[in-house]
Amino acid sequence: MGVKRYFGLFVVLAVVAGASLYGFAAKAKDWGKYQSGELRSGYTYASKETRAMQDDDFANPSSIWMDQGEELWLKAQGKAGKSCASCHDDAAQSMKGVATRYPVFDKSLGKLKNVEQQINICRKQRMEAKPFKWESNKMLAMTVYVKGQSRDMPVNVKINGPAAPFFEKGKAQYFQRRGQLNLACKHCHEDNAGNLARANLLSQGHSNGFPLYRLAWQRLGSLHRRFRGCDKNIRARPYGYGSDEYVNLELYLAARGRGLPVETPAVRN
Amino acid sequence: MAKSKPRVKVPKSVKKGEVFQVKTLISHKMESGQRKNKKGKKIPRMIINKFICTYNGTVVFESDWHPAISANPYMAFYIRAEKSGTLVFKWTDDRGQTYEKMASITVN
Repeated sequence: MGVKRYFGLFVVLAVVAGASLYGFAAKAKDWGKYQSGELRSGYTYASKETRAMQDDDFANPSSIWMDQGEELWLKAQGKAGKSCASCHDDAAQSMKGVATRYPVFDKSLGKLKNVEQQINICRKQRMEAKPFKWESNKMLAMTVYVKGQSRDMPVNVKINGPAAPFFEKGKAQYFQRRGQLNLACKHCHEDNAGNLARANLLSQGHSNGFPLYRLAWQRLGSLHRRFRGCDKNIRARPYGYGSDEYVNLELYLAARGRGLPVETPAVRN
Repeated sequence: MAKSKPRVKVPKSVKKGEVFQVKTLISHKMESGQRKNKKGKKIPRMIINKFICTYNGTVVFESDWHPAISANPYMAFYIRAEKSGTLVFKWTDDRGQTYEKMASITVN
């Protein structure tokens, strides 16, 4: 009995010691461009193997969607007979930096829009083509191709001017407790980043790598799919893809991760 | 993804007898046959079960794949070439559909 109790205590002590050691080791490591002050990209929380996958452009399975995105960029679609390239020419030039700015305020909509929504606005108004469905391969391919042109550029969204009220809404949502588990985003990603939630290592929850290839999904996925997954995990009712709530939150997250490089298309587990 | 598109990376030219790396990646859903749909019915297995690489007609690398292999499988391996020729990569899935990709190598 006594031995058992001491053994239990020993285990607790070992875990505490291990945790503090781990914390110390994580602090000491220099993550280079994947770190900006206190901010650490999800890359720094991923396993060595996952990081290797992201580092090698060929091994990164997102390249399949990147290629498809490039094809779509050049292909004329819709009644107007235009392709993306008809207006925007070379994506490497025209789309450079887009991922660092979005989501932005749109005057005619009177609210924020993100890259996915801008793609469909273009398709509807300029190309007169059918809009892409949110989580479809084509939408993911186009988004990843557009956003991927800003790779390694620091995120730098505008939160003043007309975007300010939407930023405040997104921020409020970030700190708002929700769902049966009564958790807000911040309980995992600010208070417990670096700790485990069951078997999952919690990251700071930055949005700089999206759309990204998630090994658990076995495919590319959008930020809003990630949001929906989080909401389901805390047993809250998720909002729809492209909903105002999620776009506002997207702006807050981008602002929160200002200075981190765009990693699209990242790989995470 | 609906359309499987293989990607292959090999050096354009190698030295005679030199060992070099070949990287391949193909998009495929690799449905394991273990999963069920929303109605509880099994989703039939649909994976690539064979991967063969030939060099000038001779098999240089061959592997049988099983359901535990992830979607969009990546395969890298090492080979050696004595003379210039063409590498042919061939993936075969459960439907019997094949996906092929070629790459030529100059040996000097």
